[in-house]
Amino acid sequence: MIGQSWFSKGTLTGLLVIASGAMGGITYAAEGSTPEPSAPSDAKAFAPPAEAAMPTNEFGKSIKLGEQIFTHTQEFAGKYVGNSLNCASCHLDAGRKPNSSPLWAAYLVYPAYRGKNGRVNSFAERLQGCFRYSMNGKAPPLGDPVLVALETYAFWLAQGAPVGEKLPGQGYPKLPAPALKADYTRGSQVYAQHCALCHAADGQGQSSGGKAVFPPLWGAHSFNWGAGMGEIQNAAGFIKANMPLGLGNTLTDQQAWDVATFMDSQERPQDPRFTGSVEATRAKYHDSPNSMYGEKINGRVLGAP
Amino acid sequence: MSGAIGKVPSRSTFAMCVVTIALGMTATARADDMMVGKTIATQGTAKGVAACISCHGAKGEGNAAAGFPRLAGVNASYLSGQLSAFANGERQSTIMQPFAKLLSANGRSAVALYFSSLPPPAGIKTNDSAAIKPSDTGAWIATRGRWDQGLPACAQCHGPGGIGVGVAFPPLAGQPAAYIESQLHGWKKGVRPPGPMALMPVIVSKLSDTDISAVAAYYAGNVGPSDNAAPVGSKQ
Repeated sequence: MIGQSWFSKGTLTGLLVIASGAMGGITYAAEGSTPEPSAPSDAKAFAPPAEAAMPTNEFGKSIKLGEQIFTHTQEFAGKYVGNSLNCASCHLDAGRKPNSSPLWAAYLVYPAYRGKNGRVNSFAERLQGCFRYSMNGKAPPLGDPVLVALETYAFWLAQGAPVGEKLPGQGYPKLPAPALKADYTRGSQVYAQHCALCHAADGQGQSSGGKAVFPPLWGAHSFNWGAGMGEIQNAAGFIKANMPLGLGNTLTDQQAWDVATFMDSQERPQDPRFTGSVEATRAKYHDSPNSMYGEKINGRVLGAP
Repeated sequence: MSGAIGKVPSRSTFAMCVVTIALGMTATARADDMMVGKTIATQGTAKGVAACISCHGAKGEGNAAAGFPRLAGVNASYLSGQLSAFANGERQSTIMQPFAKLLSANGRSAVALYFSSLPPPAGIKTNDSAAIKPSDTGAWIATRGRWDQGLPACAQCHGPGGIGVGVAFPPLAGQPAAYIESQLHGWKKGVRPPGPMALMPVIVSKLSDTDISAVAAYYAGNVGPSDNAAPVGSKQ
């Protein structure tokens, strides 16, 4: 925002190059890439309450528990979790980060009608879906302390925000359609160059000390075919805004679409709504160009048992 | 593939023998490397490489007062990569460059293997789910980052408690504070190579000098008394 009225980004980059060149000796200038104009900004988003403002009374304890479940899901809600992900794997900064489907924005837009199940869902029911699909686990029953704590945490984060409004930074950014049709092979190249360092060449992530550090992106320990991240437009938006971690908005829209297509064209756990037939399950739940479920990739039908 | 081999039992047996011998040779080669590495580490070389342990500690634990890093339990590929970078001048160090140059590529790999096999300092806490206050700058940056600036937490790449992850993300826990500080400042000044995907220069651009001191102190302190603590990763 500062100085953009007269200071073009090109000028700024030029000055940085000159400055780094003037230091002498061997220096390594940071290879910062300039975000595209379409890059979703975090700047104008709603600011949830500061962590230090969290109450310490009984209510605050539930908020804290919700935050702990969110960041250490296996540890605090293990019986409902069927993979090695945490809520915070896809909702960065403990559910605070704009354009990473922040909790404070999600809280405001429920209850809502969802095409996914054809009825109005409460916020707690929406959270159940996260466990069933994204966590490839079991939905905690309504009223379960896990759901209550998560709802309390989300409610607290949304303090002061307008109920019913879609705020900037809500969900994942909706990227414009790619210039070139999203492509698996180009995506595999983006993956090798920008993702494999952390998530490993085989997409299985990396663990240390018995804990998943870089989440598995596909395969048995990742989200299942019913998860939102399995839809290419969601993955592309998340990746564009947030990946590689710490370097958000450095990939082009095209790279984000391509690598999302690559990631979402891999095997993963079955959709829990599986009807017994891949064709029928695709027709009922995945009838979209953004889902590769039931499509033939590398000679194999994705989702086939 | 196994079916094809199975059609000719003798070939299958032969293949198994080859595999067994190959594995045996690998194990022997590894043991040899380990001995070579141990000799370099503890005695140095005739060509003038000093014993590594004279600065890095008898158990590779590092030297907090001097800021010499711990090597014990650090990934072997990471260590040999750094030695190569010292040797070819990509990573600058007036102390390390001559030694790294005097070692052969095999010697660098061997000594890296030796130190990677030593146990990391005891008592590293990998449980970062305890209540941490935002006012505790070091712990907060380490475990939560500062995302309004786009700064990830150290633990998101360096693992729970900073124990390190794979080849590319070395351990921070139990490193001398002075070492962590000097490396972060090195990236800030552009004198340490950017490393994989040039991640660290971007990270340090978001850290103040105060942040750097705080996070270095946090990880230097993340080791416990050696008498009662369990080794890394043994307790989940």
